[in-house]
Amino acid sequence: MSFMLGITPWPVASALLWIILIVAALYLVRGTAHKTIQAAAQGLHRSFKVASRALSRSEKNLEARNRDVLLAAGREAKERIIEREFDRINETVRKDLANYSALHRSLSESIGRIEKDHQEAVDVPPDPPGWVKAVESVAEMDAKEGRAHVGSILSDIHKSLLRAHKEAMAAYHAASAKRHKLLRHMRPDWRRIQQTLTQVGKNVDSLLSRSVTIDRLMQEYEDIVRSHDRAVSVLSSSSLVNFFVSAFVLCIAIGGATINFSLIARPMAEMVGGTSLIGDFRTADIAALVIILVEISMGLFLMESLRITRLFPVIGALPDKTRVRMIWITFSILFLLASVEAGLAYMREVLLHDELATSALLRGDGAAAATATGEYLWITTAAQMGMGFILPFALTFVAIPLETFVHSLRTVVGLLAISIIRALSLALRLLGNLSLYLGLLLKQVYDIPLFVPLWLEERIAAAADSHRRDDSLGRVG
Amino acid sequence: MKKLTLIAAIAFLASCGAESTPKNTGVYMLLDTSGTYREELNKAEHIIRYTLSRLDATDSFAVARIDTGSFSEKDIVAKASFDDRPSAVNRQKRVFAEQVSEFVETAAPSPYTDITGGLLQAVEFLNEKGTGQKTILIFSDLKEDLEEGYVRDIDVELAGFKVIALNVTKLRSDNVDPREYLGRLEEWRGRVEKTGGQWRVINDLDGLEGLL
Repeated sequence: MSFMLGITPWPVASALLWIILIVAALYLVRGTAHKTIQAAAQGLHRSFKVASRALSRSEKNLEARNRDVLLAAGREAKERIIEREFDRINETVRKDLANYSALHRSLSESIGRIEKDHQEAVDVPPDPPGWVKAVESVAEMDAKEGRAHVGSILSDIHKSLLRAHKEAMAAYHAASAKRHKLLRHMRPDWRRIQQTLTQVGKNVDSLLSRSVTIDRLMQEYEDIVRSHDRAVSVLSSSSLVNFFVSAFVLCIAIGGATINFSLIARPMAEMVGGTSLIGDFRTADIAALVIILVEISMGLFLMESLRITRLFPVIGALPDKTRVRMIWITFSILFLLASVEAGLAYMREVLLHDELATSALLRGDGAAAATATGEYLWITTAAQMGMGFILPFALTFVAIPLETFVHSLRTVVGLLAISIIRALSLALRLLGNLSLYLGLLLKQVYDIPLFVPLWLEERIAAAADSHRRDDSLGRVG
Repeated sequence: MKKLTLIAAIAFLASCGAESTPKNTGVYMLLDTSGTYREELNKAEHIIRYTLSRLDATDSFAVARIDTGSFSEKDIVAKASFDDRPSAVNRQKRVFAEQVSEFVETAAPSPYTDITGGLLQAVEFLNEKGTGQKTILIFSDLKEDLEEGYVRDIDVELAGFKVIALNVTKLRSDNVDPREYLGRLEEWRGRVEKTGGQWRVINDLDGLEGLL
């Protein structure tokens, strides 16, 4: 600094001289400097723009991939639902309509029986009274032959007729009673026919409602296959809902697993020792964790074998016989592990009581030592054993939310990545524009110390301009 | 990738199999049974029970009496190296407490007080057990009174040991000349710290929280 101010005997003059020199130098290289700033700004702008475009392309690719994944998942899910609906219809048809011939035969038999009974139940009119003809004959006989004992004959005939009438009435009554009996027999047949027809009606209604559902599902399926935006939007939102719901259920399952862990970690020390370590962790804790993880794995395999979940295609593709065998094996292992857990939970309670009694004894609290093994403690023991047995089976159902979580995670991660890339692309575009305007700003800043020469340049240019104008006007005049 | 997996597996196995320093605790408690101090044994029982409640699996604990010649296994009243299993530990603790109770009821006063011999025995016991932390509790007035012929002018190697004097009561002569009491404490501190041990005195038996 002293050197700079010492080029003349007067520091102020030296400073002024330096300023003039620097300003002159800056003025001389102004054009080049402006071009350099402009080039740098343009370069940065283009680089950011290119990067932004690249990110936009990646975003579009990712979006397309996400769309494909979403549609594929939706298609698969819809296929499963439709397949299940068809299975149900198949089951209904197999169960109800397969018996249609038997049903038809039953209906025909019932109707035949009714017809037969009906025919038999037709009201037969009683025979015309025989005595009319007999009286006519007797009357004719009296008139022709003039017999005197007509009265006694008529009396006999009267008696015979009365007897015959009684017999005819009795037969008529018997026939009526039989017909009534037949009509009574027809009632259950009518009822049976009515029930059968109602059942048939219900089955047909059920089939109709299922066919409506299938129509709707098929429409949705077609939308997915044709990659309609509406279908993608519906799938995307349902995927997000599935993600959050399954994450929530998984959190609950983790809570259950933690409780399960605390139930068996303590008594596990009895089996593997309480102080041995693997790394920085107690062997007993690791053993308890391994048991819980094995239980969850068995639960997953069980669910896969039952074809409730489809996380492992290999298991789903196994022959039915092997699959059923696998169901029994996994269930047996799960049952054994649940029994082991129940035993460990019991052991935990025993250890706890033992520890409480020892602590009370060491404190010199005899009464507490006695109450530590009180009569109601069996309730907590039973509750712990029950939890130890049930929790492994409850954890089996983790497979369902886990599958949903895994499937929806792909979509959610894709959506997140798209959002991040979009934000980055926007930021790069902003930075590009910013660099462009920064270049302009830098050029203006560069010109600030050069205001004097620039002002002079402007004046000279204006003067030259007015000269030129005057000259041209003079030439024109 | 395979190499990385192999290295990770080897590192894991090495960490599992590496000889690590033990983290268990060894406690040796010396009980002064000389003269009138025998009457303080009930307090000692309270401390022993407290110590038992603080010890865990694989820890070691021994209680020995200080008598005429304390450098002997015969003076050990009760000892236990706790098992790895919690149920066995509880059983051992109960048996230990019973043994100590029995001793407290039947202990006869000894005519002499060989604290140094007891200290030597304690160091030997704890070194043999090889515990991570080694603590010697001396329940005594720290007034050593050796029978003629007993040589105890020995530097006991106490590096890595914590020596805690408990219930160091004042004798009648201490009341007359407190310098005796203070001198006694200072002498023991010197002896312990000279060979690398840590010295501490706890007279308030209600505040045993920081004992172990």
